Amino acid sequence: MIVVPANQPLLEVKNLRIEFPTRRGTLVAVNDVSLHIDPGEVLGVVGESGAGKSLTGAAIIGLLEPPGRIAEGQIMLEGRRIDDLPYEEMRRIRGRRIGAIFQDPLTSLNPLYTVSRQLVETIMTHLPLSEKEARARAIELLQEVGIPSAEERVDHYPHQFSGGMRQRVVIALALCAEPRLIIADEPTTALDVSIQAQIISLLKRLCKEHQTAVMLVTHDMGVIAEAADRVAVMYSGRIAEIGPVREVVLNAKHPYTHGLMGSIPHIGHDVDELTQIQGAMPRLTEIPAGCAFNPRCPKVFDRCYHDRPDLQPVEASEVACHLYDAEERRAAAGD
Amino acid sequence: MTDTAVTTTDARPADARTLVKVDDLARYFDVSPPLLNRLIERTGRAVVRAVDGVSFEIGRGETFSLVGESGCGKSTVARLIVGLYRPTDGSIVFDGVDMGQPGARSFRQGVQSRMQMIFQDPYASLNPRWRVTNIIAEPIHARRLLTDKAEVNRRVGELLTQVGLSPKDGEKYPHEFSGGQRQRISIARALAGEPEFLICDEPTSALDVSVQSQILNLMKELQRSFNLTYLFISHDLAVVYHVSTTVGVMYLGRLVEWAETKTLFNRPKHPYTRMLLDAIPDLEMTGRQRVPVAGEVPSPINPPSGCPFHPRCPHANARCAAERPVLRVFDDTHVACHAVEEGRLS
Ligand SMILES: Nc1ncnc2c1ncn2[C@@H]1O[C@H](COP(=O)(O)OP(=O)(O)OP(=O)(O)O)[C@@H](O)[C@H]1O
Ligand SMILES: Nc1ncnc2c1ncn2[C@@H]1O[C@H](COP(=O)(O)OP(=O)(O)OP(=O)(O)O)[C@@H](O)[C@H]1O
Ligand code: SF4
Ligand code: SF4
Ligand SMILES: [Mg+2]
Ligand SMILES: [Mg+2]
Repeated sequence: MIVVPANQPLLEVKNLRIEFPTRRGTLVAVNDVSLHIDPGEVLGVVGESGAGKSLTGAAIIGLLEPPGRIAEGQIMLEGRRIDDLPYEEMRRIRGRRIGAIFQDPLTSLNPLYTVSRQLVETIMTHLPLSEKEARARAIELLQEVGIPSAEERVDHYPHQFSGGMRQRVVIALALCAEPRLIIADEPTTALDVSIQAQIISLLKRLCKEHQTAVMLVTHDMGVIAEAADRVAVMYSGRIAEIGPVREVVLNAKHPYTHGLMGSIPHIGHDVDELTQIQGAMPRLTEIPAGCAFNPRCPKVFDRCYHDRPDLQPVEASEVACHLYDAEERRAAAGD
Repeated sequence: MTDTAVTTTDARPADARTLVKVDDLARYFDVSPPLLNRLIERTGRAVVRAVDGVSFEIGRGETFSLVGESGCGKSTVARLIVGLYRPTDGSIVFDGVDMGQPGARSFRQGVQSRMQMIFQDPYASLNPRWRVTNIIAEPIHARRLLTDKAEVNRRVGELLTQVGLSPKDGEKYPHEFSGGQRQRISIARALAGEPEFLICDEPTSALDVSVQSQILNLMKELQRSFNLTYLFISHDLAVVYHVSTTVGVMYLGRLVEWAETKTLFNRPKHPYTRMLLDAIPDLEMTGRQRVPVAGEVPSPINPPSGCPFHPRCPHANARCAAERPVLRVFDDTHVACHAVEEGRLS
């Protein structure tokens, strides 16, 4: 009998804390975030706009922009620590082993170069291919992400593409070197449902065939439902809830997740006003004591104003909310 | 007698009900390689027909939405209407005046200040060197809506609050915000100009669903209070269903169908619209396979002959490949399809 080594996660983030030192004091944008992604797994990340999703992704690929910095925590890729690597070494990992799709397609594309030049350069940096082969590979990638007339389009400049096509070029760029981990920040936001379906099935296929791990940040719950295996819900720099996709979407436990799922508009539901969570997420300088969601939470009670809830197992998920503290659960069951 | 009565009441029909009328609008882009390459490779010019003969009307106080595959020309239509691109062909009539007429120049400038646009890309549309307060205050100054500095600041604070940010965020620069927060800044800026007509290109796709609800509720409330008119572009069909009075479906630079929202969602006529509605992602996770729109998206550089949808259409016949269908009205729906016209499809 062969002893199978314990399944090692491909990515492991431990107690990540991201700070911005400012004149008015230090802002904590991401606080005590821990998560892992297994080979071949898609972790969806959702949450309030400004909750720290993109910063978490940027920290993993080593592209936090100063003055932002990792103040605490560790990031491990295939068991090896990568958050403290020298710039040059991290640059090699990025692109070759971690592919990134950013929220903003313009940061990844150089407006002065044709798409073909950018793809060919990236391919040749990471794979042992001749220029001619690299160009053929570039066209193939563009076809895979659904760009029509790829042979012709490859020689155009980014501004000659529509918003959604530019986003697909960025996706092609991230897939160039067949990375082990893909950080995809809103990869399908600008895309229509059919292209979206195509990109999602492409990501899922990569996951299956190459055991690639994917961190998929998106606001689109349809995409989450379809693509993610597990989902992390972020609020105000922390993970509020994390668990299997069915649990989080259909059986939300944290009051914030509940509010979020309730805000999704549906075709055929005729409502004058869409459901929304009242109020706004606190600014980083004004995060309240206790649970950060307490000013907006319909279920708030005394403890929420003093104690910060930590993640604790609830059924198949983990939830950071005092409603699931042992005492509360006993009280709820008792009477 | 009846005739005269009709003419008098309908003397200014466009002015009364229609705010924007787009007629046979077209915009082509030259994407040819440089002349020398063309000579060496013996290729001709390449032209993208981004918008190719689009006609529709938007009623005052209504929301007209454009949907369709990425690259079908939605943003180009928006940019043509606000005057960022000149049309290759066709006309745009705003509030009864043809924007292309030679004499319309001063009027056009006046009109452009009555429109505001929220761009698809919040990164490109905010000046990185300006503080948020100044970005939002710009349309207030441009239209001289307020002059007193304290009043301008108070108004900017109010707008920031309306979009779910804080008045204190005004001192910051755009790069200090997340993607969704930046989009909210551009929404606040558009609202600051107190426009009558607002063009929203994917205004909420960078926002989480709860903030999206806040913004859409705010937009509806403003529409009710000030009778605003919206041109709305979104890939999220549930959002489109919720906000729109009328929905237009574009395919490869053309409008293939438009109708009142419920009619379009309940009784889609054009084969492409039917496919689009079938491709909506399944949130209930009942295991229903979503049906992707079959076939390749054709290139707008060499669009197919006849009906541009014919290579992917299950109802295509010889006529579809040869003859371009024009928009006709069937049961309150404007639709450009031979099969519908011939009664092969209802
Ligand atoms: N350079 C910076 N200086 C100060 N604060 C910053 C800076 N960059 C980001 N932040 C803050 O960090 C927080 C998290 O930002 P992040 O971009 O990770 O949000 P997000 O969850 O990706 O949101 P979205 O869904 O809107 O993209 C935000 O509140 C933002 O204002
Ligand atoms: N400035 C330009 N130069 C050349 N081609 C352009 C230009 N702007 C747009 N196009 C082309 O025109 C077509 C329509 O583009 P447009 O941006 O209007 O699409 P869209 O419907 O808004 O797509 P998306 O949903 O992806 O934003 C695309 O094929 C695009 O590549
Ligand atoms: S800890 Fe309290 S305030 Fe926070 S989500 Fe749970 S019930 Fe609401
Ligand atoms: S005109 Fe013909 S090809 Fe075009 S949508 Fe109708 S049936 Fe299909
Ligand atoms: Mg983000
Ligand atoms: Mg667009």
